[in-house]
Amino acid sequence: MVPLSWYLILSAILFCLGVFGFLLKRNIITIFMSIELMLNAVNLSFVAFANYWNTHAPAGGKIIPLSGHAFVFFVMVVAAAEAAVGLAIIISVFRTRETLNVDRVNLLKL
Amino acid sequence: MTHQLLFIVFGLICVAGAINLLVQRHPISSALSLVVVMASLALIYLLLGAEFVAAIQVIVYAGAIMVLFVFVIMLLNAGAEERTRGSRIALFIGVPGVIVLAGTVGWLLMAGGSHMGSVSLNSSSGSSSFGDTHAIANLLFRNFLLPFEITSVLILIAIMGAVVLGKKEG
Repeated sequence: MVPLSWYLILSAILFCLGVFGFLLKRNIITIFMSIELMLNAVNLSFVAFANYWNTHAPAGGKIIPLSGHAFVFFVMVVAAAEAAVGLAIIISVFRTRETLNVDRVNLLKL
Repeated sequence: MTHQLLFIVFGLICVAGAINLLVQRHPISSALSLVVVMASLALIYLLLGAEFVAAIQVIVYAGAIMVLFVFVIMLLNAGAEERTRGSRIALFIGVPGVIVLAGTVGWLLMAGGSHMGSVSLNSSSGSSSFGDTHAIANLLFRNFLLPFEITSVLILIAIMGAVVLGKKEG
């Protein structure tokens, strides 16, 4: 038996580390990886709450506990689409700028 | 007891991998530590009884997405990160903000966590087939059929966008 709050604290730690990486790293690929870390932290919360509501469901029956898993599925689909488009943008930026440092990419046009 | 032990071990591996992601200066080291984070998260999902989610975590995240990252890092021949100063606003407002957020959430969960109950692997009151592929497929193709179909359109748009962006001009 692990308290639900332990899972949520782990999720919060991972999310905050992802935000730190987003703010402090200067390499555009590492910043992108920090975003993936934040998405994973949120997925952990979803799965933990799904398991929690499976055993602690209220009497009304309005809550479908498994929808937490379905949401994780959708988050993963969106993350995969985001990774494909984002990495294509990174390649396109690198082709014109010859750099991956975000401080040197200061114009919106490619 | 075993459940707690496994959670602590894999949670620590997870946090250590995430910290290593921030510390490493070379992007390929960061990518490999992110793989460690995702693999240990998959094991934590197994502890929560989410077998399908654990499987697609390994296949999609640790497999497909991270291979894409490593492929791009090697394609661009990315070296170690340059030390530039970066944004002042991010450093002096963002970082304290995140620390305050983490402290608040941690304190709330520590203080009120005992009222929230706990998570168990073999639930007695819940259904035994919780989290397997059959149950999730039922949910996805009945309750979430329209969002599921829309994601296929989203994937198609993402593929076309990646091809257009990655195309060499001229």
